[in-house]
Amino acid sequence: MTAPDMIMYEDEYQRIKVVIARLRTESNAKLVFLVDKNGQQIAAHGELENFDATSLASLTAGNVAATDGLANLIGEKEFSILFHEGERDNIHISIVAQRVILVVIFDARSSLGLVRLRVKKASLELTEVFEKIVKKISSEKEAGTLDDSPFAEITDEDIDSLFSE
Amino acid sequence: MTFINYASREINCKIVYYGPGLGGKTTNLQYVYDKTAPNAKGKMISLATETDRTLFFDFLPLELGSVRGFKTRFHLYTVPGQVFYDASRKLILKGVDGIIFVADSQSERMDANIESVSNLEQNLKLQGYDLMKIPYALQLNKRDLPNVLTVEDMKKELVRKGEPVLEAVASTGIGVFDTLKAVAKQVLIELKKG
Repeated sequence: MTAPDMIMYEDEYQRIKVVIARLRTESNAKLVFLVDKNGQQIAAHGELENFDATSLASLTAGNVAATDGLANLIGEKEFSILFHEGERDNIHISIVAQRVILVVIFDARSSLGLVRLRVKKASLELTEVFEKIVKKISSEKEAGTLDDSPFAEITDEDIDSLFSE
Repeated sequence: MTFINYASREINCKIVYYGPGLGGKTTNLQYVYDKTAPNAKGKMISLATETDRTLFFDFLPLELGSVRGFKTRFHLYTVPGQVFYDASRKLILKGVDGIIFVADSQSERMDANIESVSNLEQNLKLQGYDLMKIPYALQLNKRDLPNVLTVEDMKKELVRKGEPVLEAVASTGIGVFDTLKAVAKQVLIELKKG
């Protein structure tokens, strides 16, 4: 139960970065980022300096969780797309591979139609990557190689040193 | 559900403060925020009502330092304590790695504490967790008030599994970091077990 549910590997991380960078260019967006449903940011591309990415990640996940709750209440499985329209910037939120949230922030240089179109394509690619990750984690679990993680050797001193101040 | 990122060499863990309304969960978080160096923390977010009651959650990202070359980040959340916000509480428990139960030591709040602990057990079960197995600490808050129950009496009613019990006065910071450490340690030890 406490085994890490989400592990990001170098290869897949690079692929994800390529996909979201392309999504950002092709959709003319300000910022594209990926968050897992628990609010942990996975990757981001774009005008990061203008946004507080950690807060965005946590609020997005909260938003999606609340919307999922609403969906359940009215007998829907999920609302797979959320869209917030502002005076200047807009946020497009969609669920990828049932567990990851793809967020696109864009302004008048783009349009909802364009964003939706590009998100659809990127979602397919991202789904593939995440399926690969899930497979990798479960095969490592079976083979017992997950124990090779650097944390298997964490000592009490390591943990204490985090709180030394 | 810890998130290990080998690419950016980060571990992210989620810790949730649970407990009855007005017990001091947000105050715990506020104290951690106030006392943490600016470079080790992000913005604290409070989704609260106009009267400062937590509506959805408070959130504080905290960076503790490195373990074995991995940056360790803790994401601290509080739940809304009021009974009727149960739907929101369930959502916030998703993906939790460790829980701090903030109990109100005032005698008249004991029933609320008991109700909230069993609410926690139920909601964890709904998310597929077991309180008996998850990293957990019990904080007895507001020890400075005159009408408090004894630690022994509170333990008798609230302790579930021999978890660390810490006395606190969150408004002045007593016990706040000790409680956080008690749970963070357990989370990291779980990580070690893999």
